[in-house]
Amino acid sequence: MYKILDKSIIGADEMVLNMGPQHPSTHGVLRLKIVTDGEVVSHIEPIIGYLHRCFEKHCENLSYEQIAPFADRCDYLAAMHMGHAYAISVEKLLGIEELPSRVEYIRVILAEFQRISSHLIAIGVFGLDVGAITPFTWTLRDRERIIDLFEQVTGARLLYNYIWPGGLAHDLPPTFVNKALEFLDYFEPQIEEYNNLLTTNKIFIERSADVGVMPKDVAINYGVTGPSLRGSGMPFDLRKDEPYSIYSKFDFDVPIGEGLMGTVGDSWDRYYVKVLEMKESIKILRQALPQIPDGDVQSALPKKIRPKKGEIYSRYETARGDVGFYIRSGGKNTPTRLKMRSPAYCNLSVLNEISAGWMISDVITVLGSLDIVLGEIDR
Amino acid sequence: MTSALDYLIELLAFTGLDHSILVVLAIHIPALAIFLVMVVNATIAVYVERKVAAFMQDRLGPMEVGLFGFKGGRRFWGGIGQTIADAIKLLTKEDIVPDNADKKLMLLAPFIIFIGAFLTFIAVPFSENLVVSDFNVGIFYIIAMSSVGVIGIILAGWSSNNKWSLYGAMRAAAQIVSYEIPIGLTLLLVVIVAGSLNLGDIVQWQADNRWFIIHSPFTFVAFFIYFISVVAETNRTPFDIPEAESELVAGWMTEYSGFKWAIFFLSEYANMLIVSIVASVVFLGGWLSPLAILNIGIPESWMILDGPILGFFWVMLKALFLVFVMMWFRWTFPRLRVDQLMYLCWKVFIPFCLANLFFVSIWELISGTIFR
Repeated sequence: MYKILDKSIIGADEMVLNMGPQHPSTHGVLRLKIVTDGEVVSHIEPIIGYLHRCFEKHCENLSYEQIAPFADRCDYLAAMHMGHAYAISVEKLLGIEELPSRVEYIRVILAEFQRISSHLIAIGVFGLDVGAITPFTWTLRDRERIIDLFEQVTGARLLYNYIWPGGLAHDLPPTFVNKALEFLDYFEPQIEEYNNLLTTNKIFIERSADVGVMPKDVAINYGVTGPSLRGSGMPFDLRKDEPYSIYSKFDFDVPIGEGLMGTVGDSWDRYYVKVLEMKESIKILRQALPQIPDGDVQSALPKKIRPKKGEIYSRYETARGDVGFYIRSGGKNTPTRLKMRSPAYCNLSVLNEISAGWMISDVITVLGSLDIVLGEIDR
Repeated sequence: MTSALDYLIELLAFTGLDHSILVVLAIHIPALAIFLVMVVNATIAVYVERKVAAFMQDRLGPMEVGLFGFKGGRRFWGGIGQTIADAIKLLTKEDIVPDNADKKLMLLAPFIIFIGAFLTFIAVPFSENLVVSDFNVGIFYIIAMSSVGVIGIILAGWSSNNKWSLYGAMRAAAQIVSYEIPIGLTLLLVVIVAGSLNLGDIVQWQADNRWFIIHSPFTFVAFFIYFISVVAETNRTPFDIPEAESELVAGWMTEYSGFKWAIFFLSEYANMLIVSIVASVVFLGGWLSPLAILNIGIPESWMILDGPILGFFWVMLKALFLVFVMMWFRWTFPRLRVDQLMYLCWKVFIPFCLANLFFVSIWELISGTIFR
């Protein structure tokens, strides 16, 4: 933290710097109004809404089936998670308790692959934010393989519309399991390679350790969830704490930030939690892939989604944190109201608290470590 | 050691013109040659940099644009005409000047930067006798001229009337001015040992004794301090904070486009070449063959590689290796922060340099009296 000079002595003014919406490192069309004193930042105001697509209002005029692809488009880097989260919430609204276990297995497997792919982007882009370009291309290279797997399964590479309320769009291709295991064998050593290139790099540690420290209480007060919260040393993961789907069947740990290179909750911790989470995802995948049961993935698909009057709130752990769907049904085939709790939105709100007083370069670092997706923030 | 300029004046002496006119006439030839060196260097270096980056990043880099029938096809070294196509694109592009910019200064800035790099080449020896003008204060002249560019950078940042440019310019000014000091101090160390500011004499000293990098532990450290400092001086990663892409968009050249931007690029790569040549001449024995050091077990016929004719080859080999190391840095390291950069310079390098300077003086005194 830098002490800002007493302006009465030198008679200097603060300068307002407008970062974005067109800026290489604001992760999309985010605009940051930064009040600076030289290099030191005294206040940051995120201005959002440049990617607002009226998702929630649209949903009031769409049938439940039609909302599924819209939900995918909220978090375009983890579309499978959003589809899964939405499907779970509609199933809760319909009162579907039990799904065929093949459906649940496939959903979890794809969700964990999606978590790896999203974290790959996050750590690559974080490297880009602190100036290292090569890790980004390496992580994208490996993400490409996951996307190829998804393409085999769903036919799409980014926005899948594969997980439907009550089931899946279609079954897995027969070669999927082998190819997925092949990928895991290839991918596990790659994590060590990222660590050698970026995680343990001296300059990288200098840039990210002790920068933008988010203490546990600040994180909780701002409603920060996901890897950013766990980076602050809080072992909160919905997959463990409120297990949905079949996560309770698998053995995995919840990695938390331990302040290995600096303070607990610094940017390095938030970054490293994502690296560790990829390893945990691999663990889950290794357990789930060999034991996919047989069955019909569409047997539980409702013919027509017309829930009874009522309202539900369901939570889901995406790659960015706790996404919540509040749906109120008026007994029609469209929801009366749909509200989405966006994890990246809440995570972004803490930006001013933890990066004011640092330098412009650190604002970029902190923003990168929070791993925001503007599609989800603006909805 | 004779210089290229002296040689040209002698060559033109048959015209019978006055000496001052001869100088003016002769000066144009090396000037053109230097310009060609800069252009060719930038063209090749950009291509190589992109290919090095592509190699390190597991991709292919430019593949499509061919040249003289050599397209590369599926081979890695395709796309050899890409930089030429890029250069033509830059030269024909619209030159955008912002409304509120200071137009005159904005036009002036690239040329100051260019002239800084251009004039430095006058004293840079490419080989024995292959130097435009053989100053007796060559090394001092190079240090002085390479700091001219920072004026252009500040002008560019200020005149663009853009906050990002201003930030970039302020950072560049602080950085370049700071890193001049360790560069000066490390070169001073060499000057103390060799007893001359003339680059030819410095290489001659190395021929008589040994290369500076292996001369003593202090000169060994000095080489690394020099090299890291020149990476900072040329604004390359990990010290590229003036043009930090992820923070300042493009730093002080944010508002530049087309031809002016091409000149910035030309100067940047020329500066890389200059500092690498200086490093190879001062620390790595310049045009001396590395085979001379390892003269054990090398056939006599190989020693033909050690001679004045191949001097250019050895200088360029050493220099281009250092240029490659700079590229290697760029695609491996993250970027330092402004205060960390200043910390490195003022609290690590400069004290080390001063201590180095002190100890090397003692070392020379002792080794001069005891061992000789």
